[in-house]
Parts: sequence; structure tokens; C-alpha cells
Amino acid sequence: MFKYLLAKNEDIPAGSAAVFFGFSSIVWFVIGTGLGSFNAAKLAFPDFVTGNIFFAFGHMRQVHVMAVIFGWISMAFAMAMMYITPALGNSKLWSEKLGLWNCMFWNVGLALGLTVLWSGVSSGREYSDFPWPIDLYLAVFVFIPLAINVWMTVLNRKTQGIYTTNWFFVSAIFMVIIVFLVGNSPEFFHLTGLTEAYLTWWFAHNVLGLWITPVAAAIAYYTVPKVTGNPLYSHRIGHLHFWSVVVFYSTPAAHHLMSAPLPEWLKSFASVEGVLILVPAVAFVSNIMLTMRGKWYMFVENVEIRFTITGCLMAIPLNMQGGFQQTRAINWYIHGTGWIVAHAHLALLGFSTFLEGAAVYLGLQTIMKRKLYSLTLANMHYWMLLIGFTIYWISMTIAGLIQGAGKIYEVPYIDVVIAEHPYMIARWIGGTLVFVGNVFWLYNMWMTARVGTVVPAGRMPHELGYER
Amino acid sequence: MAGFREYKIGTRIFALAFGGSMCITLLLPSINIAAVSSTDIALAKSLSAGHETGFNLDDPFLQGWNKPFVVSLKADPKTGQPLAEAQTVYVYQKGTTFPAGILHPRILGAGIEELSVQQGHIGDAKKDAGAVFTVSKGMYDGKARSFVENLTTTKGWTPADVLRVAKDEDISHTGKGKTMFVREGCWWCHTLLPEQTQDWQVFGAPPMLGDFNGESPTAFGSDRKAPDLMHVGSRNSSREWMMMHFFNPRLVQPHSIMPRFDYLWGEKDAAGQKIDFAKWRSEYTEYAEGKRVTAPEVPSYASDSEIRSLIDFMISLK
Repeated sequence: MFKYLLAKNEDIPAGSAAVFFGFSSIVWFVIGTGLGSFNAAKLAFPDFVTGNIFFAFGHMRQVHVMAVIFGWISMAFAMAMMYITPALGNSKLWSEKLGLWNCMFWNVGLALGLTVLWSGVSSGREYSDFPWPIDLYLAVFVFIPLAINVWMTVLNRKTQGIYTTNWFFVSAIFMVIIVFLVGNSPEFFHLTGLTEAYLTWWFAHNVLGLWITPVAAAIAYYTVPKVTGNPLYSHRIGHLHFWSVVVFYSTPAAHHLMSAPLPEWLKSFASVEGVLILVPAVAFVSNIMLTMRGKWYMFVENVEIRFTITGCLMAIPLNMQGGFQQTRAINWYIHGTGWIVAHAHLALLGFSTFLEGAAVYLGLQTIMKRKLYSLTLANMHYWMLLIGFTIYWISMTIAGLIQGAGKIYEVPYIDVVIAEHPYMIARWIGGTLVFVGNVFWLYNMWMTARVGTVVPAGRMPHELGYER
Repeated sequence: MAGFREYKIGTRIFALAFGGSMCITLLLPSINIAAVSSTDIALAKSLSAGHETGFNLDDPFLQGWNKPFVVSLKADPKTGQPLAEAQTVYVYQKGTTFPAGILHPRILGAGIEELSVQQGHIGDAKKDAGAVFTVSKGMYDGKARSFVENLTTTKGWTPADVLRVAKDEDISHTGKGKTMFVREGCWWCHTLLPEQTQDWQVFGAPPMLGDFNGESPTAFGSDRKAPDLMHVGSRNSSREWMMMHFFNPRLVQPHSIMPRFDYLWGEKDAAGQKIDFAKWRSEYTEYAEGKRVTAPEVPSYASDSEIRSLIDFMISLK
């Protein structure tokens, strides 16, 4: 990587930025899920590594969250943008050099940010925990360079139209910059009180709704048609998906604070808009499912399609939960319980991780022109992710329902803690499976780069059979 | 360059849709929230926590620097005569940044702002000299209102005067304690927000609209793995219990999953002796395994320790 940082843009092989982003994202995924597993162990066994400030749960919890969001998920997005955007414009990435610098600044900034968070230097605001100098750094050296590269690539495309995936990329990167700057404004300008509380959740909601969800979906709009060879079922439904994300997903931020003293009109409005999240969700899932017509065998035989479709299928329970759990009738029961933790992992570890996983699998093979090293390892990765996640999701959902019942029936809190204990152990086992699966994945991709069979010119990697 | 020109209508609709969303979710709520007046709770909370308890340039490592003291004043600091009843005052030593409501009185809310400026003279408070504040009662527009009074101007009480007559047990390091609450991530498991629908019996009344003016961060918390703490000081104000619970929660609640916070004791105990954590842990392990009848004694904390401030903050949550 370092030799390319100072090379001329023309001398840098196409796809270099995507490769570095891809491997970075996998490494952050291993780190992030490793931290998650460690944290889960501490919730199950509180005296496991205890009494040391650097291994305190309160110091590590946010490092796990930020590592997976800004390390794994967002870098996998950057990776996808670096190779999908030019592919769909029939052109090259505007600047490989900018992409490589972007990747380096991203890794450096994230490592720095996570280090300060780990030491306890935090803004005290969930999801916007980074202190404001790190927020500014991320905006200026991470998101804005990424945006410039993606926008310039789309502007310099050789096709007349812009494909669905690129609408999402172009607008999501714009929206995340706005969300990042506005959502952190309480730190920049020392806004206090309810403004601070509301903007904290405005940021948390919108970074998921206007960045993670649409970009993950956009990836599926590319991978499914590309690998199956079927055209996208309907561009009209794609339009519906896009516009309903912009309109409905950008408004329900206040539904995260249904039990807080915010203006009642705002909470009611947010709750109604929150149900309308089902519009983009149904549009997206149906569009992808119908694109798969006649190619369902690939769900079994092809790694990328299996990951993508699993992610799309996860969008069904995700959005059914997401649409309804924020209504007052349900929110009073499950608010602040493990149910929400399970839901958050369904969104990030279920839905979006599987879609990005597919993009990274497909992208690294395509750019490096190497066939995946081992199908067996990929299968193990898939099943460990899926089983680990499912154990996690089911155990946390049950724990959440217990907590909810304990809350409503005013059970002494310690009895809830005792009742949750087995589910905390199950959650730790599930999380550990995910972590170990990711270690296999890192090995598999590393070996793909080193010894994977070379894909002949003019061929796609999925056209070759697996060898191991 | 193909450009976006075929997408003129699309980009305009996008601007309209996204701008409309931002208008509804940012502009309109900000009008409502800006009109909210501070309650007495908000005045007390923001004066005791100081300017900021999350990351800020005055306390970049979240050590509790640049924070005020809350003093329960029992004697007149000028004359030394005992007061009829103890008065709560907020002592900002010189150089300590004032809270948002003092710097921008508009945050205090209608009536409170006018009283605090005109009768409370908060505009005269100087960071370089420090100031002593209290919450006083007054009348504005025919209605009873609380307001912030700058005692350094109105009574001539300087921070040094107040700290001279105050005993250590009358001083609460609430602001530093809130910083510890943020730094140690207490709010990842303990909410500071009883819920409107069902928490009245167990965790007490939910907060009101104006209870947060001037507070940053509010640290509501979202994941309640442990009891709500907004009114914890009303349920339990035993320093002895809190001390044991923070040192090792299993001492007082065998099923607790809370981490140990023994590292907040620092190097030395109240008597200035070095704390032997290794010895304590091995004795505790023997106790937990049934080889010892009693748990080892929890060392008493030094008055300037981080745990003292955290317990002060807990007890302040009435």
C-alpha cells in the first residue's frame, strides 16, 4: 500500500483502493467481534478479567460498537463503492490515489479514535461517543474524500443513466456527511439539555437509516443481478425504495426517545413515520426476491448469493420489528431491554453484515482476479455467522422479554438479572462463534490473495468452480 | 462528462424531500425545545455538574478537572455565624468554566433568565475570580420563580470564603462524579430516565420537560441492564453500602453482574496507606470459595479519590 501512496495515479493498478479497504474491513470485523465476545463474557461472568480500568466493561463496550460500525461496516461500504461505482459507470475510479489515502487516514483515525474511547475519553453520547476532534477528523479525512471519489466517478461515468445502486451510493454518502456534522453539533457548539439528548438519537437513527441500511441494500442491487445474470426485477420498485428511504427513514429519530420528555407531537409523528419504514423494506425485499427468479439454486451453490439472500431475508424480521416496536403500544414493554440489543444486532450483524460480506467476497475475488481459496472455509464462515447470530438474537430477545415483564410487573431488579443469566451465557457463545468464523474468513481471503487460482481475463470468479 | 443533467428533476426532488425531513425533525422541534424553561431540578443539576462532563478541552482526559463543588453551607462565610438552616451553594473556584445557563442565560427560560440577570447578577460573575451561586426564590410577572443568584456579587461571598468555613463532609464533588459516571460508562447499563408509563413505583417519577436545561451530556442510557439511577439517592443514601458495592458488588449483592470499580480508589486509602489490591483479591477469593468466614474489609477511600466523587454524584441523584 505504502508504495502506491506517493505513486502517480495512472501507475496505481485499478482496484487497489478497494482491495485495501476490503482487507481493512475484515481485520476490523475480527477486532470488533472479538471485543464483542469479550464484552459478552463479562456480562455472563462479571469477575472475568476484573478490577482493571483498561478491561472494564464501560471502557470496552463502545469500542466494540464503533469498531464494527466505522471499521467493519463502513469500510466494507467504502470497498463496495470503490469497485461497484466504476463498474456500473463503465469507467475507472476517479482517483485510486485518493482512495488509498482515504483508506490510510481511515485506519489511522479509527485506531486513534478507538484508543481514546477505550481510555474513557468519550463525549458520553451513544453512537456519537467519539470526542469532537475525532468526529471532525472522520468527517474531513474519511467521509468527504470518500464522497468526492464516488461523486466524481459517477460524474465521469460512460453510461447515460445512473443505475439504482449508484443513486443510493451518491445520496447516502451525502446524507451521512450531513448527519455526521449536524448530529455532532452538540459537541461542536456545546448544545445542552434536550437538544443534546434529541440530537444524540437523531444521529444514531439517521446513521443507521441513511447510511447503513441504504448502502447495504444498494450492494444487493448490484451483487444479485451481477452474479445471477438476471436483470433487476423492477427499476420502478427501486425508485419506490429509494424515495421512501429518503422520505420515511429520515424522519422517525424521536422514536428512540419515546419514554423521554420530548414534545408529544414529535414522538407521535416519529412513530407513524417509523411504521412507514415498511414501505422501503417491502420494496427492497420483493425486488431482490423477484430478481432471483429461476436462479434459486445459486442460493445453495454460490457463496455471494447465499450471503446476499440471507441478508435480504433478515430484512423481513428486521423491518417487522423495526416498524412496530417503536409504536407506543409495544415500545413501553420492550424499551431499554435486551430485545433492542437483539434488534440492533439483527440490523448490523444479520441484515447488513451478510450483504457486505457478499460484496467483500465478490469484490476481492473480482479485483484480485483470484478464485476463492476455499469453499469449505467460506461455508464454515457462513454457518458460524448465521448460527452464532441466531443464538445471539434468540437469547437476547428472550432476555429482553424477561426484562420487559420484570419492568411492567415491578419485579425486583436483581431477580431479572438472575433470570437473564443463562441467556447471557448463550449470547457469549453466539458472539464467540461469530468471532471465530471471522478469523476463518480473514485466513480464507488472505489465502485467496496468495494462492487462489487466477481467474482468466474476461471471466467472472463465480463462473469458475470451487476447488477446496 | 455525462454529469447529473438528466437528473435535474430528481436532484430537486431529493433536495425538497431531504430538506423537508430536516425541517420537520430539526427546525420544528428546536423551536419547541428552545421554549422550555428550566425546572429547579435542572438549575441544581447544571450548577452542580458545571459546564460539561463529557469530553471537553478543559478536561480532555475526563479526570474531573475544572468542576465546581456543591457545598452545604452551615455558617456565614463572612462572619462565621451559624446559619438558621443549611444553604446549598455551588462554588466555582477561579478558572472554573461556568455552566451553559450562566454563559447563555436564555437557556434558563422565561422569567428565570430575567430574575437571574437582574436580581441574581449572574452577568457579573467572572471566571478569573470564580463565583459562588445558589438557587433563590423570587417573583416575576406575578408568578413565583426560582432563579440563579451570584452570591459573590450579592453577598460578597468568594469561593475561598465558602471553602474556608465548609468541612469536607459538607462538600460534594458532584461534577467530578458525573464525569466519572460518563468516563466509566455507568450509563451503558444504568439509565438516567425512568419511563413515563411504568417506572413510578420502582424507580420514581419520570423527568419533566425542563429537567435537562443546561445539562451535557444528558446520558439517558438506552440499555437497562441494571436499575435506573435517576432517583437512586432517594432510595439508598448509605455511603457505606455504596463503598462496598463499588469495590466489589458481589459483597452486598451476590447475584450482581456489575463490574468491580476498585481501581477508582487510586493508590492510597483514607489514612494515606498504600492499598494492597492483590492481597484483598486473594482474600476475597478465599472468602468466595468458603475458606474464609468474612470478606476482607473494604479500604476507606481518600477524600480526593475518584470513587468519592462518584459516590457524591450517586447520593446527589435524589
